[in-house]
Amino acid sequence: MKQGNFIDNLPKIYGIYTGGFIGFIIIMAIAEQMGMTAKAIGIAFVAFTVFIYALIGYLSRTAQADAYYVAGRQVPTVFNGMATAADWMSGASFVAMAGGIYFKGYGYMALLVGWTGGYVLVASLLAPYLRKFGCYTVPDFIGTRYGGNLARFSAVVVLTVASFTYVTAQINATGTIASVALDIPFQYAVYIGLISILLCSMLGGMRGVTWTQVAQYIVLIIAYLLPVFWISNKMGAGFFPHFMLADEVARIGELESQFGFVKNSAADLATVPKGLAGITKAHSAVNATPWAFISLALAMMMGTASLPHVMMRYFTTPSVKAARKSVGWSLFFIFLLYSSAPMLATLSKLSLIDPTLSTGIIGKSIAEVQAIDWYQNWNAANLMFVSDFNGNGTLELNEFFMGGKAVVLATPEIAGLPYVISGLVAAGGMAAAMSTADGLILAIANAISHDVYYKIIDPKAETAKRLVVARVLLVVIGFAGATIAAMEIQGILGSVIWAFDFAMSGLFFPLVLGVWWKRANRQGAIAGMLGGLAAGTWYLVWVRTGGSGFLGITQLTFGIFGSAVSLVAMVVVSLMTQEPDKAIQKMVDEVRVPSGKTILGKQ
Amino acid sequence: MSNQQKHWEKSRGLLMITLAIWFVFSIGIFLFGAEMNEVTGPFGYPWTYWFTCQGSLGAFVILIFWFANRQEKIDEEFGFSEREDE
Repeated sequence: MKQGNFIDNLPKIYGIYTGGFIGFIIIMAIAEQMGMTAKAIGIAFVAFTVFIYALIGYLSRTAQADAYYVAGRQVPTVFNGMATAADWMSGASFVAMAGGIYFKGYGYMALLVGWTGGYVLVASLLAPYLRKFGCYTVPDFIGTRYGGNLARFSAVVVLTVASFTYVTAQINATGTIASVALDIPFQYAVYIGLISILLCSMLGGMRGVTWTQVAQYIVLIIAYLLPVFWISNKMGAGFFPHFMLADEVARIGELESQFGFVKNSAADLATVPKGLAGITKAHSAVNATPWAFISLALAMMMGTASLPHVMMRYFTTPSVKAARKSVGWSLFFIFLLYSSAPMLATLSKLSLIDPTLSTGIIGKSIAEVQAIDWYQNWNAANLMFVSDFNGNGTLELNEFFMGGKAVVLATPEIAGLPYVISGLVAAGGMAAAMSTADGLILAIANAISHDVYYKIIDPKAETAKRLVVARVLLVVIGFAGATIAAMEIQGILGSVIWAFDFAMSGLFFPLVLGVWWKRANRQGAIAGMLGGLAAGTWYLVWVRTGGSGFLGITQLTFGIFGSAVSLVAMVVVSLMTQEPDKAIQKMVDEVRVPSGKTILGKQ
Repeated sequence: MSNQQKHWEKSRGLLMITLAIWFVFSIGIFLFGAEMNEVTGPFGYPWTYWFTCQGSLGAFVILIFWFANRQEKIDEEFGFSEREDE
């Protein structure tokens, strides 16, 4: 594949790809009318898209270090934005976010603000400067800025802890979707998911991942937006839901006060299958204290700016200027999905609880609800449950339970959309989980192969050998992640949030101060990274084992404590030890101006 | 003061403004979330609810593009912008 030509033709290539995908959806819709079974459609969607990604991964194969680690540094801003958005939006964003909003309302929406606001920090504090640095990985920056193998190794440790926590959740999500769509047991589906993930990244490294992520973004955004718009139009809620659902939001509030939030007894709740929840919180009311909301948002924002798999996407742009713009595009593409999630939650909730709608089930008799086709399907999938607690024969608001994933997965079916949409949604969820898993596995494998193997163990290693090591690590880390995912220890969303907290505990201040504070030195950075990670981990373990916590910091926001310790440790130790030498100070000066060669390019 | 110092001073000023705007949309308004939610906002949604769904998110997108343009201007002013991307 000729690179120059290829880059110029990108809009055309992905235009054709998008058209082809829409064509595929239409063919499936026609096939459904002609009697293709739901199961076959699901398999076709997942198999077809995964095949395309694998093909892109194969075409992007490379034997050059620059292409393998940073996609040759020639990814145009808009495409890098799409790739970052896919990298960023995980299976959790795709499958679980609307559900979280549906059940928890305002308190949960702190995640929406946090997962977008963090990009302002990325654009203004870090991305352009790290691009100027010209590094391959995030620890590469730490190692060169602060000097010494211990600093580099500490960064690898933090990166691995954070990214590995995250990646098990993503492989878990890939497995969940593959097991539903292909109808195979989860234990096997996890490994099928893993093989699909490795097909994208193994041959082409960052180059392969970049071009598959763009393809995955296109699939996932179509799969998310199409049902939202369709359902909104079908319900008569408005042809552009984002601007037109105010009445629906108000109507939900009205119904909530009409039904009331009746509290179920513990004995009743014990009969509800694990993982399902009822509607217990007001949809649009402010139901969290300012600090609960802000601390969660803040933790997610600082975590965003510390997660290496996102940061390394900005190493692939052609210039510093492009890196800045590219952050804006990334957030724009993320915004398209995030701003739709609350709309989906609104539509989903209203269609279920409004007795005046044909889809509404509250107020119907229990027997009637239990006879509905979609109820039976999702009840069998363990995502829906009704029970007549008060024995009056009628379904009340507090007697209806649903799994968080069902909001995205089941709403199209409830609203009466054809099955082809459900197949599309499965393909979208698969794309979201795969793209994030790819970025994460690559981030870990690259850090270990480049920073530990090449920079510390064997600096004389040839490119060919380095790339073999990188690929072996990719497979090993993937399998380790899949093995842990198969054990199903922590829910998808929980581990995602933890990953942000780990990353911010250890990396936020060492990265930011590396650019913005010349006086920061090696000893300080090491203290900041290891001290922050240790403090954060200690707090998490303490709260998990019955500790009371302090200042309202919970197990979801432990990074606030970790990063505070990191900041103090870094500043105090830096000031107690010698200031960095002239060469390092000059290096920091150069990082601060966009023109000229990259720092590492000069050495 | 050298050219480079002036450039950095101005860049730092821009950072402060950017972070101040960021603070308003990510933290400031949520200090008064409960009070503001009583008021009807854009498109008829309650204010705070609208900010969490769209308002703050959209503000961040605009803020980043604005920041990128301003920073480019500063780089040009002091002659530190990169040559045209090949």
